[in-house]
Amino acid sequence: MADPIHQFQIVEYFPIAKIGGAEIAFTNSAAHMAVAVGAITLFLVGATASRSLVPGRMQSAAELLYEFVATTIRSTAGSEGMRFFPFVFTIFAFVLTVNMMGLVPYAFTVTSHIIITAALAITVFLTVLFYGLYRHGLHFFNLFVPKGVPIYILPLIVAIEVLSFLSRPISHSVRLFANMLAGHITLKVFAGFIVLMGSALGAIGWAGAVLPFAMIVILMALETLVAFLQAYVFAILTCIYLNDAIHPGH
Amino acid sequence: MDPVAAKFIGAGIACIGMGGAGVGVGIIFGNYLAAAIRNPSAAQGQFGNLIFGFAITEALGIFSLLIALLLLFAL
Repeated sequence: MADPIHQFQIVEYFPIAKIGGAEIAFTNSAAHMAVAVGAITLFLVGATASRSLVPGRMQSAAELLYEFVATTIRSTAGSEGMRFFPFVFTIFAFVLTVNMMGLVPYAFTVTSHIIITAALAITVFLTVLFYGLYRHGLHFFNLFVPKGVPIYILPLIVAIEVLSFLSRPISHSVRLFANMLAGHITLKVFAGFIVLMGSALGAIGWAGAVLPFAMIVILMALETLVAFLQAYVFAILTCIYLNDAIHPGH
Repeated sequence: MDPVAAKFIGAGIACIGMGGAGVGVGIIFGNYLAAAIRNPSAAQGQFGNLIFGFAITEALGIFSLLIALLLLFAL
């Protein structure tokens, strides 16, 4: 039986540079990211090339995507959050495209590597930190001091708030990474059951393998939902964190 | 103890955590259904919140599944 972890292997296509002892190479991960970015750019540029008052199919799809992200930002971070629209839109479009591409058989799932999701989450974290400090100065730290808390439990609350703020990039990145990793492993494990039943029991096994196959079809639908939902959750959490930078003491 | 046996036992124990996520998802959908029966006209408006809460809760179960899978395959 094939190893269900095998699908996450990084394959080097060609080396680019060597910095110190570390080799920088063009990998299958980089190739999939390049394809995703190319596809998003092609879609958005193509859809808005002939802007018309009554949108065609492509333009409608692009406007739908715009409105979806814009509504999410307005409802969580207020209208001031719209200055981060390009940032959130980029993250959402990238994560969504990459998650969906990972569902194609034999394709590589870029977001199933924690280095990718961690890089995105740390970018969000640092943006929140620096924008909050830039805009509110030291008042940004009001974020850690909730209003109306009795003074004798305040030190404990502040410690918990600081800790939860610092652990945000971890939970933010692990949520996306773990969902994609676990989902794809589950799919491959069920696919392994088909081969296992067929090779162990012969004709009866192959007939019985209809059951795990049906399960894969159902799981595939669930994974499509999860791929979209996790991109949405990643984007909405980005908005919620940005809201803290914009309105810290609320 | 045999390290391989310990690995499998550890993976089994890690999966207990998924029970908590199961309880959480049940509470979310149960309460949504109860509220939707009381006020069906408001149910559609809260569907987004339902799915968001489901995704956040389900992720916690996935964390423990991740530990089990890492123990089984990666370590």
